[in-house]
Amino acid sequence: MASAISSEPVHHIALTLSDQLPALQVLIPFVAAPLVVFFGVRSLAWPIAFLASLGSLAVSVLLLQSVIDGSEISYHMGGWAPPLGIEYRVDTANAFVLFLISAISSVVLAYARGSLKAEVPEKSHTLFYALYLLCLTGLLGVVITGDAFNVFVFLEISSLSTYVLVAQGSYRDKRALTASYNYLIMGTIGATFFVIGIGFLYMATGTLNMADLAERISEQRDSRTIRAAFAFIVVGIGLKAAIYPLHLWLPNAYVYAPSPVSAFLAGTATKMAIYVLLRFMFTVFQPEFLVEIKILEAVIIPFALIAMFAASISAFYQRDIKRMLAHSSVAQLGYMLLGIGSFSHTGLTATIIHLFNHGISKAALFMGAGCFVFAIGATSYDKLKGLGKSMPWTSAAMVIGGMSLIGIPGTAGFVSKWILVQAAFENGWWSFAFLIVLSSIIAVAYVWRMIETLYLSAPIQGMTAKEAPLSMLIPLYLMAFSTIYFGFATDITLEASKAAATGLLSGSSGLR
Amino acid sequence: MFEEMTVDFILGHLNYWFFIILMMTGLYVVIAKGNLVKKIVGLNIFQTSVFMLYISIGKVEGGTAPIFPMDMKIDPEMLYSNPLPHVLILTAIVVGIATTSLGLALIIRIREEYHTIEEHEIAEQETKVSFYELNGNQLTSGDNS
Repeated sequence: MASAISSEPVHHIALTLSDQLPALQVLIPFVAAPLVVFFGVRSLAWPIAFLASLGSLAVSVLLLQSVIDGSEISYHMGGWAPPLGIEYRVDTANAFVLFLISAISSVVLAYARGSLKAEVPEKSHTLFYALYLLCLTGLLGVVITGDAFNVFVFLEISSLSTYVLVAQGSYRDKRALTASYNYLIMGTIGATFFVIGIGFLYMATGTLNMADLAERISEQRDSRTIRAAFAFIVVGIGLKAAIYPLHLWLPNAYVYAPSPVSAFLAGTATKMAIYVLLRFMFTVFQPEFLVEIKILEAVIIPFALIAMFAASISAFYQRDIKRMLAHSSVAQLGYMLLGIGSFSHTGLTATIIHLFNHGISKAALFMGAGCFVFAIGATSYDKLKGLGKSMPWTSAAMVIGGMSLIGIPGTAGFVSKWILVQAAFENGWWSFAFLIVLSSIIAVAYVWRMIETLYLSAPIQGMTAKEAPLSMLIPLYLMAFSTIYFGFATDITLEASKAAATGLLSGSSGLR
Repeated sequence: MFEEMTVDFILGHLNYWFFIILMMTGLYVVIAKGNLVKKIVGLNIFQTSVFMLYISIGKVEGGTAPIFPMDMKIDPEMLYSNPLPHVLILTAIVVGIATTSLGLALIIRIREEYHTIEEHEIAEQETKVSFYELNGNQLTSGDNS
C-alpha cells in the first residue's frame, strides 16, 4: 500500500505500538482465529484463544484509560485519511463497550474450557475456539469502527460465527439446529435492512464515514430518503438487538446454544446492537432529527414499556432456568430503551451503565446455568430441585446474579435502575418511575421461583449432583463478585457512562 | 403526491421499481414458504434486490466504466460511473454467499436429525419433544413427592 502512494510525501506514520491500539483491538482476535486452526493441535487451541482474548482486553483497558476524560482517538486504517479511508474512532462510549465485550469474552473463555467438555465433543473444540474468536472480532469491530458500511461487514462476521456457535448445541439437543436456522433467517433480514438503510444514506449524502454523514444529514433532515434510511436502520439493528417485538429468535438461540456461548452472547451481542443503535441515533442522525420524527414517543418508549412487562411476565412462566434468563434479557433491554427514550443526559447514562451492569449479571447467570448443565445435564426447574444443598457454590452465585437482575441495593443492577428512575424523575415521568419499580417486582417473582427451586424444594431422590469443578467456579465467581463490586465501586462505571453520554449528546442543541 | 405519478416518473425510477418488486417477492417467500430450502431461496432474492439497488445507484448518466485506459492517459473531462457502490456490494455478495452456504449446511444437519425440511413437520416434532419433557418430568417429580 505504502509504495503505491510513495510519490507523495508521507506526513504521518504511527510508529509506536500505542498509536496502533485501535487496530490491534480488532486484529489480535482476528489473527488468532486462523492460528488456532492452523496449529490444529487441540491442546494449543484454548491457550491461543485465551491469550488473544486477554490481549484484546489489555488493549481495551489502555484505550479506555486514554479516552475516559472525553477525548477521542481517530485511527486511519492503512494510512488512508477519512472520509475516503476507513476510520476507527474511539470515544468514551465505545471504549467502555469494548472493555465490556473483551472482559466478558476473557472470563467466559476461561470458563469454556471446563464447560465445553460436557457439551461439545472434543473433535469440534479447535473450530469452536476459532469461531469464538471470529465472533469476538466482529463484535469489537462493529463497536470501534467509524464507517457505516464497515459496521455491516463486522456485524455479519459476528453474526455468521454466532449462528454456527449456536448450532454447536445440537450435540446436546437437536433443537439447537432449528434455533440457529431461525436466528440465521431473522439475523440476515435484519442485516439486509441495515444495508438498505446505509444504501439510502449513501444515495442522499455520498459518504459512508459516520462523522461526515452526521454533517450532511443535518443539512437535509426533511429528505424522505434520509427518513426511510433511518427506519430501515432502526428496524435492522432492532432485530439484532432483540428489541421487544423483534426478539423471537432470542429465547431459543440462548436456550439451546452451548452454555459458554449463551453466556458470551447474553453479555455482549445484544449490548453491541444497542450500542450501534445509540451511535446511529445520536451521532449519525443527530438528536434534533429524533425530535423531529418523534420516534422516541411513538416507537422507543411504548415498546420499552411493553418489553419491561410482557417479557418479565413470560420469564415468570418459564419452567427452564436458561429460558427464564433469556426472556428476562428481553425485559432488561426494555430498561435500556427507556433510558434512550427519556432523551436526557441522565437517561443515556442509565442506558450505558445498564448495558454494562446487565451484561456482567447475565453472563454470570448463564455461566451458573452452564454449571448445572455440567453437573446434571439439564436446566429445567423440575431437575434442579433442591440443588442448593448439593451444589452450594453454583447456587449461591445464581442468587447473587439474580439479585443484580432485580436491582437489590449493593449489586450492579441497583445502580443502573437507580439512575434510570432518576432520569424518569428529571423528566417528571412519575408514572414511568412507578412502572420501573413495578416491573422490578415481577423480576423479584421470577428470580424467587429460581431460588425456591434451588433451596426450598425437596431434592429428587437418587439425584447425585456434584459441584462443578474449580475451573468453572472461579470464572463464575469472578463475574458474580464483579456484579457486587460494581454495585459499590460505582465511580469507574458511572464516570465512563457519564462521559459516554456527554460524548453522544455533544455537538447538538438537543440536550435538555 | 399522485400528480407526480406520471409515465416519466415511473420510467425514470425503473430500477427502484425492480428493487421493490424483487425485495417484496423475496421477503414474501421467506415468510410464506414452509420449506427450509425455499426460505433460503427467498432470502437470496431479497439480498440480491439490495445488491441491484446499490449497483444501479452507482450509474452516472452518460458515464463509462471506471477503468483506467491502457496508456494511463486520463482525460479529466471524462464521465464515469461511481465504482464505490460496486465495491461495497462485492463485499455484501461474499457475505450473502457465506450466509447461503451456512443456511444450506444447517438444513442438511436438520434433515439428518428430523428427517424432514418442512417447517410445520419440524414444529410438530419439537412440540412432541417438549410435551414429553414436561410430562416426563412431572411424572418423575410426582413419584418422588
